[in-house]
Amino acid sequence: MEPILQVQHLTHTYSVGTPFQRSAVEDMSFDVYDGEFLGIIGHTGSGKSTLIQHLNGLLKPTSGQILLHGKDIWAEPKKIRNVRFQVGLVFQYPEYQLFEETVYKDIAFGPTNQGKTGEELDRCVREAARLVGIRDDQLDKSPFELSGGQKRRVALAGVMAMEPDVLVLDEPTAGLDPAGRENLMANIRDYHRNKKRTIILVSHSMDEIAQNVDRILVLKSAHVLMSGTPAEVFARAEELLSAGLDVPQVTRIAMGLRERGLAIDPAVYTVEALERELLALREGETGC
Amino acid sequence: MLKDITLGQYFPGDTIAHRLDPRTKILLVVLYIVALFCANSLLAYGILALVLAVCVRVSHVGLKSLVRGLKPVVFIIVFTGVLNLFFTPGDHTLVEWGVLRITETGARNALFMVLRIMLLIMGTFLMTYTTSPISLTDGLERLLNWMKKLHVPVHELAMIMSIALRFIPTLIEETDKIMSAQKARGADFESGSIIQKAKALIPILVPLFVSAIRRAEELATAMECRCYHGGEGRTKLHVLQYAGRDYAALALGVVITAGIIALRQLAVQ
Repeated sequence: MEPILQVQHLTHTYSVGTPFQRSAVEDMSFDVYDGEFLGIIGHTGSGKSTLIQHLNGLLKPTSGQILLHGKDIWAEPKKIRNVRFQVGLVFQYPEYQLFEETVYKDIAFGPTNQGKTGEELDRCVREAARLVGIRDDQLDKSPFELSGGQKRRVALAGVMAMEPDVLVLDEPTAGLDPAGRENLMANIRDYHRNKKRTIILVSHSMDEIAQNVDRILVLKSAHVLMSGTPAEVFARAEELLSAGLDVPQVTRIAMGLRERGLAIDPAVYTVEALERELLALREGETGC
Repeated sequence: MLKDITLGQYFPGDTIAHRLDPRTKILLVVLYIVALFCANSLLAYGILALVLAVCVRVSHVGLKSLVRGLKPVVFIIVFTGVLNLFFTPGDHTLVEWGVLRITETGARNALFMVLRIMLLIMGTFLMTYTTSPISLTDGLERLLNWMKKLHVPVHELAMIMSIALRFIPTLIEETDKIMSAQKARGADFESGSIIQKAKALIPILVPLFVSAIRRAEELATAMECRCYHGGEGRTKLHVLQYAGRDYAALALGVVITAGIIALRQLAVQ
């Protein structure tokens, strides 16, 4: 697979020359492949937010480079807006950015800035609204009349409507109830499946990450701590826990069972896999 | 861009400038301003600049951040300087070039005016840099306490001021966030005509107002939950108390200001 985004030796230092100087990201390097679903986890203050704001050129690296389709995004600073259309970034609590009179107009803000008009614009807006489950009759309502969860969907659609090659989501489900979370994640999974576009999901919830992504990047105090498939990462559960991070609940159960002497694969992180492991163990016992 | 707004910013520290009572610092700034407006000779300005330099040195506030505070008023400073330089009548002409004429009085006035504004702003900023907003309003409330007898709602005004100061950084942060979010959707704040630029502000202002109103409502509810009922019978956790250093600093301030006024009287004679 081709890397679509390459982060090379990225460093970002805030407030240079004041008493508040600190590095939020230090010498980070990794690739993001075309069409993959990448999860990023890390503590508050591990540099997640700073990192993702570099991916679409909202922040300029203190040193290092970001390559999009093999080209440095800051090669032509005047055209940085084009990068923002290709790497769509949805911030935390994106519902606070809504401002238009109607839902339709708000979703259309991004694509209009892109220069889309007429039928193409209409198609983008309606398709994005459908992807996040906004009904047609809601498009003419004021976004401020909607519930919190629906506002969030509208904001998400506003970025999806730009049809970016890479969609970056910063804690999209923060503050939603469990049903709302699952619903929204299902919408995001559908988007990934139908559009075959790259998604980067930043989350605190290990379970959310474990259930959705192909690959995980773990950040700790401005550095990449580990990266790999969920199975590879969660197999190092002890390391995650000692870094102050959580592990999925199933991994926790598996760890507990292993401590009690059952030979369970350390890479188990889904209910189904754990079930298989346990059934295999029982069969092995009865077989003896 | 927004990071340049340093009004009300506070650099924590533990120097004598930080430890002084906020009332002392407010009074010193008032004295300093009086002295600045009385100064009318190069010597007087030199003394005042030196006083500021010593204060900056003592407070460990970087000169860089102090100069950064001047950025927003550069236009006013330049404007005042140019106006005074070219349009002050006087007998002694230094340079003449068409309608433009620089007189000796003009050059003097321009220099003094620019120095005055710069020192005034830097002096005031030094106070806000070394005093947290909370203790600043606390000091102001105590200083204006006597006005309560005139039925001036001093406590309420101080509370309004501390809430306003407290929310400046929050609102700046919020604006930054909203700007980033709209930029991520391709909003363009830099190019275009003035009308286009003004229109480009709508996507920032609407969410900002909505969130400011929401915050105000939440704060009001939170205050009521804690039974806030204004200043009547309210006691302080940290009661302000003048220490020896405060008296010393005030005495020094009075002496310097008196000296500047004396210099002015001497010059007049």
